[in-house]
Amino acid sequence: MTADPLGVLTGVHFIDGDHAACEGALAAGCRFVAGYPITPSTEIVERFASRIPLVGGVFIQMEDELAASIAVQGAIWGGQKSMTVTSGPGLSLMMEHIGLAAFTEVPLVIIDVQRGGPSTGLPTLPAQADMMQVKWGSHGDYEIIALCPSSPQECFDLTVRAFNLAEQWRTPVFVMMDEVVGHMTERVQIPAPEAIEVVERRWTGLKPGDYRPFQPAEDLVPDMVRVGDGYRIHVTGLTHDERGYPAMNPAAQDKLVRRLATKIRDAGDALVDVREEACEDADVIVVSYGITSRVAQAAVEQARAQGVRVGHARLVIAWPFPSQRMAELAARTKAFVVPELNLGQMSREVERAVAGRVPVRLIDHAGGTVHEPDRILAGILEAAR
Amino acid sequence: MSQDKPVRQAKGTVFVRPEVCKGCAYCIEFCPTECLGFSEEFNAKGYHYPVLKHPEECTGCGLCGLYCPDFAIFGIRLKDIPQAASEPPVPPKAG
Amino acid sequence: MSTDTLDTLGPEGLPHMDNPSLPYLRGERIPHIWCPGCGIGTTVNCFTRALGEAVSDLDKVAIVSGIGCTGRVAGYMNLDSFHTTHGRAIPFAAGLKLARPEMKVVVYSGDGDLFAIGGNHFVHAARRNMDLMVVCVNNFTYGMTGGQLAPTTPEGASQTTMPFGNFEKPMSLPFLADAAGASFVARWTVFHVRQLTRTLREALGKQGFRFIEILAPCPTLFLRRNRLGDGVDMVRVYKERSKIRDGADTKDVDLGMDGDIIVGKFVDRERPTWLQSMNAHYQQVFGERYRPWGGVREQD
Repeated sequence: MTADPLGVLTGVHFIDGDHAACEGALAAGCRFVAGYPITPSTEIVERFASRIPLVGGVFIQMEDELAASIAVQGAIWGGQKSMTVTSGPGLSLMMEHIGLAAFTEVPLVIIDVQRGGPSTGLPTLPAQADMMQVKWGSHGDYEIIALCPSSPQECFDLTVRAFNLAEQWRTPVFVMMDEVVGHMTERVQIPAPEAIEVVERRWTGLKPGDYRPFQPAEDLVPDMVRVGDGYRIHVTGLTHDERGYPAMNPAAQDKLVRRLATKIRDAGDALVDVREEACEDADVIVVSYGITSRVAQAAVEQARAQGVRVGHARLVIAWPFPSQRMAELAARTKAFVVPELNLGQMSREVERAVAGRVPVRLIDHAGGTVHEPDRILAGILEAAR
Repeated sequence: MSQDKPVRQAKGTVFVRPEVCKGCAYCIEFCPTECLGFSEEFNAKGYHYPVLKHPEECTGCGLCGLYCPDFAIFGIRLKDIPQAASEPPVPPKAG
Repeated sequence: MSTDTLDTLGPEGLPHMDNPSLPYLRGERIPHIWCPGCGIGTTVNCFTRALGEAVSDLDKVAIVSGIGCTGRVAGYMNLDSFHTTHGRAIPFAAGLKLARPEMKVVVYSGDGDLFAIGGNHFVHAARRNMDLMVVCVNNFTYGMTGGQLAPTTPEGASQTTMPFGNFEKPMSLPFLADAAGASFVARWTVFHVRQLTRTLREALGKQGFRFIEILAPCPTLFLRRNRLGDGVDMVRVYKERSKIRDGADTKDVDLGMDGDIIVGKFVDRERPTWLQSMNAHYQQVFGERYRPWGGVREQD
């Protein structure tokens, strides 16, 4: 189906990434946001709070991020599309509820506008250092989906997509922005509502009595119901069976945890989005994501001007990591260069996928600003040697 | 029971599920007419469960059922039991 | 074990009858995990009776619990039920209620869950007058983890993490609820089953943030460690020490190892709920342009 026109500000706007992400959520049908203010993400909830009275919906500023990240889950079981928004310290507080959402298969969207860390770090300055935390931060084994916008336009587009993926796969989906992309103002084109594809919830066709809340469909994802419709479901953060009842034994644990991992790990091309440019015959491939891909693009073009055959692979979906695609690229290039605003996070994933076949050169950065393109250029030239 | 007391006619009775009883004694302790007591038998988990020791004293007030933490007993007035009104019930044997 | 197959002993010659609580429970999950003499089941019993009297459509009631012994209540109720994370039942319930305002949402959890790890959420939900009914079974200890200090543990009581007697001042739950702005505040013990049932029924029929504290014995971990006997002994103590004082000033209802246990309905006041306030305020600000929030649109 397509977007509800009420939430869609069709037209050309000159707005920053935070505002664009809010519009993306509204276009996707999000009508409930619970949040807690934190720089540099706050503009998203501020805009939502001001937009919602005329669109219809609820914004509530909760008492902390723990509350925000579980209030939205209550709203989702109540039938709403819902999200919360945060930055590093808040993401740390939300970890327990990210695990709950993964384990109880809640189609939850979280926008993380990354800033320098650890701890309070650099509240007003960028980093990309939550990339591993967002994947591994809650305890236990689980899988999430993470999208990396590199422009305000993508903040809109990928937030819409995040909601669609959440509904399709029933696992937490993250929009991994950063302070620069969140506060950068650019042209954002919001399409007409009928041009915005919106994925509805996987409502069950079964009747109460026949329906089991955690019985998977063919794609390993169960269909959902809404509280109040007579299904009398039970949902627990304990290991549970298909009825949703606690099942405290290794067999039930194995069955559930494996299904939750497999539904994402075996999704194949449906969850691969690597934007490749000139990678087919490249001697060096730059792998980048988010704001860093724009800085890297400048370095890539300079390297080409110096005669280096360099490709650029941009991760739009960072998690699940496109291991197979990276391995394929490794078979036809001589080196990878991975610039990122951290001391080596996704570069480790590239190393893991490449498995020693070719060198992987990390161009790291502790955060606080973006890379100098010259550093990335130097990395490319050294790798090409 | 004292010989002087007139024989009372039971106004109520109890239903017990012995296998979910954990023997806490709430029902026995707080029965206003003290008509309940422990069974002599054990259930499968090893607990003595409540039985009507003095069925004629039961008023069917239902307090035992409100107190019971295990949903193992409830009391009911005889007149509230479907089809029970016609003939007086034979109370269960005390265990 | 299915309860349908469990024998019910009844008088000979009478038709088989099921326990009146059973229609409100997930029967296939009984017997429950609570210890012999634990008072939680008694509170559930009263709650089922109250539901039967106050609610015509059980499909429109949801129950949310946190973690701990009382946190298991949600899983036994034959309602839309959620066993959430430790301390966070209230914000989950708030989100659910705001997403489906036509639902009655009950939070049912323990003292440690609601007032230690979850204390912040309790205070703010009461302040906002979130339309939730919060039932707290207060057993003065952390039962599920083995008898550690709770914010409600009376001074002097021994706990595994306060092995030489508690030197902290405990929290008075009705006083906190009152101060934070709750619409309705009451306290009973598991001795007071009739009064408790009546209060639960009354609270189910009201709007706003309603708080009911129920004192209940934890024989395995609180009573045994403090040599206070069995569950039934403690309920007898509740009977002896309780004084019913409806309308009591909540600053006078502290609990200790000895002394009066003041019970009754302490607070009952009208305040607009969070959602009523939002709708009324935006109606005023935006007039006819405002789209009042009543819940989800119908499924396509």
